[in-house]
Amino acid sequence: MTESPAISTNASTSSTKMLVAMVGIGILCALLIVVTFQGTLPRIERLRAEALAQAVFKVLPGTSQTRTFFIDNSGQFTEMVAEETAVTKVYAGYDQQGQLTGVAVEASGQGYADILRILYGYQPQSQSIVGFHVLESKETPGLGDKIEKDANFLANFEQLDVSLAEDLKQLQNQVVPVKQGEKQHPWEVDGITGATISSRAIGDILGASTMEWVPLIYQQRGNFELNRDSQP
Amino acid sequence: MSATTSTDEFIKGLWRENPVFVQVLGMCPVLAVSNTAENALAMGLATAFVLIMSNLLVSALRSFIPKQVRIACYILIIATFVTITDYAIQAISVELHKSLGAFISLIVVNCLILSRAEAFASKNTLGKSLMDALGMGAGFLFALFCLGAVREILGNGTLFGLALFPDNFESWIVMILPAGGFFTLAAWLLIFNAINERRGTS
Repeated sequence: MTESPAISTNASTSSTKMLVAMVGIGILCALLIVVTFQGTLPRIERLRAEALAQAVFKVLPGTSQTRTFFIDNSGQFTEMVAEETAVTKVYAGYDQQGQLTGVAVEASGQGYADILRILYGYQPQSQSIVGFHVLESKETPGLGDKIEKDANFLANFEQLDVSLAEDLKQLQNQVVPVKQGEKQHPWEVDGITGATISSRAIGDILGASTMEWVPLIYQQRGNFELNRDSQP
Repeated sequence: MSATTSTDEFIKGLWRENPVFVQVLGMCPVLAVSNTAENALAMGLATAFVLIMSNLLVSALRSFIPKQVRIACYILIIATFVTITDYAIQAISVELHKSLGAFISLIVVNCLILSRAEAFASKNTLGKSLMDALGMGAGFLFALFCLGAVREILGNGTLFGLALFPDNFESWIVMILPAGGFFTLAAWLLIFNAINERRGTS
């Protein structure tokens, strides 16, 4: 009992000390994080842009150059001349002769662990998806990340049918995921055993994104043709 | 004298007080990210970096931090370095960040780091704390690699992505799955303890 006054004075003096310590460390930590964030941001953005640019070549076979398009206020695809952010972009690819090899579209949706960001290549001539690449995923290493590596799964996207119905406003058959080995139609995405949720997520993301983008791109496919400054 | 003691601080983390095989700390990343040798190495390095930096800062601030709020302060310091590591890995390689992404942030709750801050860095000098963190970090890296290599070889038939077996090798999928982590850890603990016991008796 005799100790209690001593403790209370101790507590009052040390509470200021505690506050100073916590706030001080907090400020120091905040400073460190901000410095690192600012320091790494340009490089992270550059790496992301590079990864995206390389992915466009991957998803559109035979591409030797690319151009970026966005939807302008009148709803038309227009080539992007200056760098603009916060607009939805698509990437058109061209072969050596300047012929359109396809249009790469970015899509995202919920995976198993976090949001999945993917890029797929749509070819208006054959009305099919001709390539697929995962831009960002936090799927479980060794399981969910098979969506990037499994050869059987990736074979889905060599020629995935996204033909339009006669009115050109919607798809004849929506892209749907099915269980591994049950693919019967060219618009179905064969899943992966051991990565069921992740592979289904890819099928669903593609299904939703193609419903929105494929009719738009197909109707305006003329906008993507290289009519000026053709290749030598 | 001080030179030998700091070497001791380093050596003890590698074997005698190995964080995984002896202290059995930080099991979440040990079991979760050790399914390939490459992931295990990257995770081990990231953890070692956070451990070294937080040990240094905790040791430097040890007289400044009142003991009532020490755990909160340590967690704050650890979380800061984890965030820094996360940004650094993103800046190094998109691919690497892709494969580790979810587990980097979990380093915050790795009890190995908090236990070193609490049990060692808060009571010792900067130099000793650095040696302790280096030793513990290296020991953790070594243990993770032991698990990752075994699991990748048996579960995938590869090491660092290079095929080791002929095509007809049937990989043991279970080794890649979480259960394989427990099996491998148990096997390593068995080996480790058998060696230690033999040394003790001879």
